[in-house]
Amino acid sequence: MLKVLRDLLVYNREFAIGFVLTVGIFLFALAHFWAPMPDSAIYLLPPDMPPSAQYWFGTTSRGQDVLWQMSSAIWNTMLFGLTVTVISRLLAVIVGMVSGYLGGRWDQFLMTINDTMIALPNIPILLLVYFVMRDSMSWPVLAATAALLGWNYDARLIRSVTLSLRNREFTRHAVFAGMSVPQILVRQHLPYVMPVIFFTAMNNLIWAIGIEVTLSVLGFSDVNRPTIGGMIYWANQHQAIIAGIWWWIAFPIIAVVLLFLGLFLLAISVNEYIDPRSRLSRMGA
Amino acid sequence: MLAVVETKPASVEAKPVLRVEGLKAYYQMNYFGVRREVRAVDDISLTIKRNEIYGIAGESSSGKSSLIKTIAGAITPPLRVVEGSVKFDFGGKELDVYAERPAMKAARWKHLSYVMQGSMNVLNPVRKVKHAFHDFAFKHMGLSEQDFRARVESHLQRIGLDPRVLEAYPHQLSGGMRQRLTIGLATVCEPEFIIADEPTTALDVLVQQDVLALIKEVQQRLGSSIIFVTHDMTVHAAIADRIGIVYAGRLVEEGPTIDVFERPQHPYTAHLIASLPRIGDTKKRIALPGKPPNLADPPSGCRFHPRCPLAIDKCTRENPPLVPRQTGRVACWRAGEVEAA
Amino acid sequence: MDGFSKYLAQRLFQFFLVLFLGISLTFLITKLSPVDPVEQSVSLMTSFGATDPRAVELMREALAELYGLQGSLFEQYINFWSRIIVGDFGPSLSSFPTPVMSLIMAALPWTVGLLLQALIISWCLGNLLGALAGYYRSNMLLKLSGALVMALHPVPAYIIGLVLLLLFGFIWPILPISGGAQMNLPPSFSFDYIRSLILHGTLPALTLVLGGIGSWFISMRSLASNIVTDDHVVYAELAGVSSGKIFSQYVARNALLPQLTGLALSLGGVFGGAVITEFVYNYPGVGRLLIQGIYRGDYSLVLGVTTISIVAVAVAVLIIDLLYPLIDPRVRLG
Repeated sequence: MLKVLRDLLVYNREFAIGFVLTVGIFLFALAHFWAPMPDSAIYLLPPDMPPSAQYWFGTTSRGQDVLWQMSSAIWNTMLFGLTVTVISRLLAVIVGMVSGYLGGRWDQFLMTINDTMIALPNIPILLLVYFVMRDSMSWPVLAATAALLGWNYDARLIRSVTLSLRNREFTRHAVFAGMSVPQILVRQHLPYVMPVIFFTAMNNLIWAIGIEVTLSVLGFSDVNRPTIGGMIYWANQHQAIIAGIWWWIAFPIIAVVLLFLGLFLLAISVNEYIDPRSRLSRMGA
Repeated sequence: MLAVVETKPASVEAKPVLRVEGLKAYYQMNYFGVRREVRAVDDISLTIKRNEIYGIAGESSSGKSSLIKTIAGAITPPLRVVEGSVKFDFGGKELDVYAERPAMKAARWKHLSYVMQGSMNVLNPVRKVKHAFHDFAFKHMGLSEQDFRARVESHLQRIGLDPRVLEAYPHQLSGGMRQRLTIGLATVCEPEFIIADEPTTALDVLVQQDVLALIKEVQQRLGSSIIFVTHDMTVHAAIADRIGIVYAGRLVEEGPTIDVFERPQHPYTAHLIASLPRIGDTKKRIALPGKPPNLADPPSGCRFHPRCPLAIDKCTRENPPLVPRQTGRVACWRAGEVEAA
Repeated sequence: MDGFSKYLAQRLFQFFLVLFLGISLTFLITKLSPVDPVEQSVSLMTSFGATDPRAVELMREALAELYGLQGSLFEQYINFWSRIIVGDFGPSLSSFPTPVMSLIMAALPWTVGLLLQALIISWCLGNLLGALAGYYRSNMLLKLSGALVMALHPVPAYIIGLVLLLLFGFIWPILPISGGAQMNLPPSFSFDYIRSLILHGTLPALTLVLGGIGSWFISMRSLASNIVTDDHVVYAELAGVSSGKIFSQYVARNALLPQLTGLALSLGGVFGGAVITEFVYNYPGVGRLLIQGIYRGDYSLVLGVTTISIVAVAVAVLIIDLLYPLIDPRVRLG
């Protein structure tokens, strides 16, 4: 694993850039644990200060340090994204592998459900869930909801990999050796599916962070918990653009774009490394 | 089924239609810092006469497919020509495949056509068959659309296909029909040279016979030369005039088919022929020990020596040159001592 | 049953299943509510000052049927469906007494128009660039434009929209940044009105195009670079067919098939981008309607827009599925 990482860093420029960006932003987010002030405190500092030696990224109209707000915000946003990714990976792996391995009616049934979910517009459904739940909505609930809507594409992909493994010699050996279906799936097939999980996880993380930014920009999340979208929400509430407090909105945007770029570069270079001739056949044929 | 037609007068020119000289084509890869060089075609020289069927035989991964692709000018990186030349002679004009690319492109299908391995998928699945004929052949024929269509239809009829296949999509045709169609496609311009890469491998035995007969019939009628590759020695016995045996990227023996089969000069050829089943023969077949060498790191000297029953010290050190012997050529230090099986 | 009718039956079945499951899902979501939405809405309404008892009663009735708590869960479900089928979501709370359905119908053409042009432009452009980049692998210009659209692709619509709004609305103010058309112009086929429509649509459409083009580019490039090594392409190259013809008829044409399927699969996600873009540019489509509904606590409006989105996306997917056999003879002729 470490050798693979080293090879990728040395020989794949995209991976190296993506890796540096992602790790850099992660370290920056980690720094919020050592922040000099709690991230929920408002009107602690002089408001609307432009970037300076004292406040590197300036302060907000609510008297917060943009730098430390961002550190917490990226942390919370990544946490949301990772939660979505982990839950949705579990769903995608279970549905994809079971469907691909069992085949026949089960496969048809699961894939029909899968395709139905793909055809549903995510954002309106997420907004409806938020609207109905309102004050009882917390970020883990939102993450779980997003995860429920974000696994189907990848389940198809994993299914097609499992489908090809099913007819391999070693699967037949395992069946004759008396291994149960869960045993075969976990011990024999999972190692082959792992690279696909890893690759889709990156894309899913990007998607989940996008969902978080979108929902909290609209104010449809806990606005007192700093997130990237939440910072932009507050900046909009205070008319930051019109008031010329550009640093309040520009730095979060730059941070999130860099994070996206980093994750995206990681995703494509890892995909290339795993399978240079990957044909992500969308129909899973 | 097959209409009898006049055969073209056989060309009496002595000049060969294809001359391959000292050809070396290597796969050169550099992936994640690992450099690899696979010598798929290593110093091969051969000539093919007019009106001749030349078969290339060898095990899988012996480099025979790379050889034929290199001859056709159909190689893409990482496979590259490192040394040597491939020259055709079309109607008295010499054409160097790797030096005159535009002229080569213009000559394709007019003078030189190709029958691909796995011919099942060589037709565009979303277009009707007639478009393939139009794309491939129309510009070379100098005919009006109507005359062209008539010519294609009569050509198809001659090789036993209903002209209505032109209006079909590939997926509507059977495997045998598709194979016939690709041969029709390869011969519609009456080229002087046809390259065939495992033309019958994917077919079942009966269709295989049919297709071989068709290739032979068309070749005789057109007076074309054919170079073809297959691992199947029975196919060579059936249609080749001469055969060349390729082992580990090198030509190890070459000669008239009948001589090679009856008096193989190279121990590897002798083994290939000995392993053919024969009616009434109850002798146990001896499997050759070992496997074909890794072309990224071939053995020293004669590349066959680790598996050769006749290997001597010299074989491990010095590479035997391909020298004329009897009716053909052979590359073996102990060529005189090989016994036919 | 031949292949083609089987294909049609399958697609139609999928269509109805999407409708059925999607609408059932919205029903279940409304059941998550911790408070009684009917009473909540009615009290909200009276606080707005609508005190006509008849109107309040009408509202209560509509709400009770849509997500009421009377009767068994199954009865509630049946009531819900009977309202949905006739497209009656009751009056809107925030624009009382206008029916939700007429609000949606007024907004829908804006969204459909915006999405249609953005999708067509990004799909065509992304596929063209992607196919070219997959076929002519060493072209620097293609590599560069590819890197640009790929870098934009993961950025959420809101961010792209906001940046464009800052660029063209404040830093270099040449385009309108709010609304669907100029306020004081009555809708007509006049030059001025159409010009204003186009100008107002430019930034929202550009936002969606910039965000959407990358994913088409990526999948098309990988499809095309795979198809290049397919037997039928190699064979055409060996036959000396011109590279322009090979590109259009052999590579691009085959790669477009999965891309059309991809278009159908992506619609659900693309719709979400439109919702956000409309919010950013105050564009009068259903997305803005939905977000306004949420801000104003307009239960029937939110439910109506969600349901209609599901139906609209399903219909669009069905249309693409029905078009598919036209370009793939293997489906059309079995």
